[in-house]
Amino acid sequence: MEQVQLERAARLEVPQDDVRQVIELIIDNVNQLKDTQGLKAPARLDSATALFGGEGFLDSMALVTLVVAVEQAIEEKFGTNVSLADPGAMSQEHSPYRTIGALADYALRRLQAG
Amino acid sequence: MDAPVTLITGTRIGIGRHLAEHYLRLGHRVVGCSRAPVDWTREGYKHYGTDVADEKGVMAMFSEIRRLYGRLDHLINNAGIASMNHSLLTPTSTVSAILATNAVGTFLLSREAAKLMKRKGYGRIVNFSSVAVPLKLAGEAAYVASKSAVVALTHVLAREFAEFGITVNCVGPGPLATNLIRSVPKQTIDRLLAQQAIRRMGTFEDVANTVDFFLRPESGFVTGQTIYLGGV
Repeated sequence: MEQVQLERAARLEVPQDDVRQVIELIIDNVNQLKDTQGLKAPARLDSATALFGGEGFLDSMALVTLVVAVEQAIEEKFGTNVSLADPGAMSQEHSPYRTIGALADYALRRLQAG
Repeated sequence: MDAPVTLITGTRIGIGRHLAEHYLRLGHRVVGCSRAPVDWTREGYKHYGTDVADEKGVMAMFSEIRRLYGRLDHLINNAGIASMNHSLLTPTSTVSAILATNAVGTFLLSREAAKLMKRKGYGRIVNFSSVAVPLKLAGEAAYVASKSAVVALTHVLAREFAEFGITVNCVGPGPLATNLIRSVPKQTIDRLLAQQAIRRMGTFEDVANTVDFFLRPESGFVTGQTIYLGGV
């Protein structure tokens, strides 16, 4: 896990601590969503967990709820208001919401862009 | 040469290409445009690589139409783009792009076409809306807003252009097998079709038939109207 986060931090040129915090924050929000919406999510969540499209367990409404919750959690944690909206949201191949890792990459890039 | 001159936007693929071929078969001189180049050609067809939202490009295209043909009888504002996305996940850049092509493009082409049609005191403008407007389709907020704007433009332009002998009408197709709905899930299409009186996908011929009606010289007393297909 540590190694994956290191690679992600190096690839995106962001501090490893930011990577850890963003992934944790996404996992926290997925867990909350699991509890409140009774989603059939895998027992163990990590950056490789599929979220949307293909093997993903989120339907489009749950995805919207998660993305907005992650935006708000990022603002609380980092003090930056980022928009995670994306024109490819509903695309099976290009959606930045395919996996927890893809969403983290997307959020970290947006954070970096300020 | 008396063959009518018909300008159709978005002729690279889909409905636009079908309409171009349809009116060529009926003996029109057809002018088409699209952002990307076309990979087809026909006798009597002239193509421009013009983005309907680019004012300079559109003005240049109309200058050439004026010079080459000296007239314009019909304008079919077919070019359109869509994006299936919940509004909470839609960037404003997507909203702007959709409004630019669908609403601003329709306005711009109609304005320039009317200047040319006015010379002869005759013209037919047909705009493209969508059943997504009356169905208030969730997941298509920007697209529906742009296509509502097209209906509103149709109403107002019909009044403004009436004194020049120009009619302005609108067709609102339901789902057709085109690229525009390629990425829309089957369930969504099925839900949409279930809301039509006639529950099938539309065909190019359904659309062409409606446009034919609006273009007829005998339809000179029909203006400011929108026909939604499939019984929506």
